[in-house]
Amino acid sequence: MNRNRSVFLLSALVFGFAFLYVPIISMIVFSFNESKLVTVWGGFSVKWYGELFHNRRMLEAAWLSVRIAAVSATCAVIIGTMAGFALARFGHFRTRTLFSGMVTAPLVMPEVITGLSLLLLFVALAPLPFIPDTRGFSTITIAHITLTMSYVAVIVQSRLSSMDDSLEEAALDLGARPWKVFMVITLPIIAPAMISGWLLAFTLSLDDLVIASFTAGPSTNTLPMMIFSTVRRGITPEINALATIMVGIVTIFVITAGVLMARQERRRQLETRGAGR
Amino acid sequence: MANPSYVTLGQRILAGLDKALTTVMASPPYRWSQGILRRAGVTGRTLVIAVPWVWLLIFFLIPFIIVFKISFAETRWLGSPPYAPIWEWVEGHALHVKITFANYLFLLSDSLYVQAFLSSLKVASVSTILCLLLGYPMAYGIARADPSWRNTLLLLVILPFWTSFLLRVYAWMGLLNNHGVINQFLMWTGIIDEPIVMLQTDFAMYIGIVYSYLPFMILPLYSNLEKHDPTLLEAAVDLGCRPFRAFLSITLPLSKPGIIAGSMLVFIPAVGEFVIPRLLGGTDSLMIGRVLWDEYFLNRNWPVASAVAIALLLLLVIPIVIFQRYQLQEASGEQQR
Repeated sequence: MNRNRSVFLLSALVFGFAFLYVPIISMIVFSFNESKLVTVWGGFSVKWYGELFHNRRMLEAAWLSVRIAAVSATCAVIIGTMAGFALARFGHFRTRTLFSGMVTAPLVMPEVITGLSLLLLFVALAPLPFIPDTRGFSTITIAHITLTMSYVAVIVQSRLSSMDDSLEEAALDLGARPWKVFMVITLPIIAPAMISGWLLAFTLSLDDLVIASFTAGPSTNTLPMMIFSTVRRGITPEINALATIMVGIVTIFVITAGVLMARQERRRQLETRGAGR
Repeated sequence: MANPSYVTLGQRILAGLDKALTTVMASPPYRWSQGILRRAGVTGRTLVIAVPWVWLLIFFLIPFIIVFKISFAETRWLGSPPYAPIWEWVEGHALHVKITFANYLFLLSDSLYVQAFLSSLKVASVSTILCLLLGYPMAYGIARADPSWRNTLLLLVILPFWTSFLLRVYAWMGLLNNHGVINQFLMWTGIIDEPIVMLQTDFAMYIGIVYSYLPFMILPLYSNLEKHDPTLLEAAVDLGCRPFRAFLSITLPLSKPGIIAGSMLVFIPAVGEFVIPRLLGGTDSLMIGRVLWDEYFLNRNWPVASAVAIALLLLLVIPIVIFQRYQLQEASGEQQR
């Protein structure tokens, strides 16, 4: 019976991973296809990569998206860490229920609602002074900060909740100022969570089509908006090449991060074992 | 820190940051402003809460109030913005308030909208069940796998999630195409003579949704299943319980929080999904996310788009509350550990 179970679970895993990876792999394979007909193999070629790098509009859109993603991820980590820290360490405070509701709601909110509501806010704010009346970089960045800070907050909160606060309390009891305690004890603990939060925020921002479409002005084009308008007309080998590059970068990043974290974890275990002896 | 040779780059950055901040905090301008803040009763704690609070207030809560307001406004076709103001100060009269329920009545009167809501609910429910049927065995398989394999398998689940969602949906366009890999393969083997039309059908839409949201189902399920105590199952089997029966009466009930969390993470965004129905679904596929998009971008009818958003939000209030309760339990449960 037990063997039946493992066979079943193993086949579920094999089927599931095939389902997850076959589309990506086929996209990578066809990006090296010579033929313009996307699904007929016409020999190996890298010409679509060449064409991609000559597509000025695509490159400009990619650069804009990378800038938006970097700025919004950085701001999201700062604000999100504050939110996660408040939720994990401040116990009960007034308006906590509303606060935690507002922090977690963007995680599941359909993008069309978030996009439309932020757009209507920007339109309503436009007549006020100090607000740029053209929508573009700044409005998309604000929208992405709002979306991604929730992810950072949840990651930081769960990291802090799983560590007990006795170290921080001990330092406070010994007379350290709260700010100093945060810098010396809390920050190193949550640093990995903040790094994964930053990477996640960066990816989410780089990938977002719906919210960016709502909050962008008519002359702004982010990379997902360019991809969407190209793809809507059908499949093209150029997009396959672009996808392959993005998958490659992400894979290298994620694997490096995974290896580094595993090494750090092992080192910490060694240290605690050494300290216990 | 036990061993000085383990000073990492990260620790060095933190030390530098600490030093810089200490210098700033010792500087006179900082001390003055701190004194003013303290006299006003503002502590560091208040500031830490206030920054995200104010941000969310301005960019999350107030936008909803604006959407709510505009959903009661009259459409003004040639204006900019294209809706009539709700309140106006009319010279010599008084405050003029114009509220109309026409947008909501319009949603109810046109069967297109009602159908779109119903079919979105159906598509999201079916996709959630499919995700659960595929994701549960996978999560269970990973949780029961050899510990040295677990992290790698988990990484493989997360990896597609890190790559562009849009591009992964696009990848299916290449596979499901009339001349796509699947049709070519089936024709090559001789199972079919003519390509099956798969792209721009409901079938393709379901595949796209299940494919995109599967990691959201697996991760909460895994984090729940991983905590289970295997001795419970062993005890049940030792006492003569059949393994499947033991699964039904022990593992399944214990994994209920994971099932609920995963299902909500799939169901709620799937109801409002726009990209997948637009790229993979048929031209006649009615999903509410798509209707809202068209209402805003094609018809430029902001009040009706707002009414659609409010109706969608009302529909999702209950699932969102369930999800939030789970989040709260999860957070407090971890604190108790």
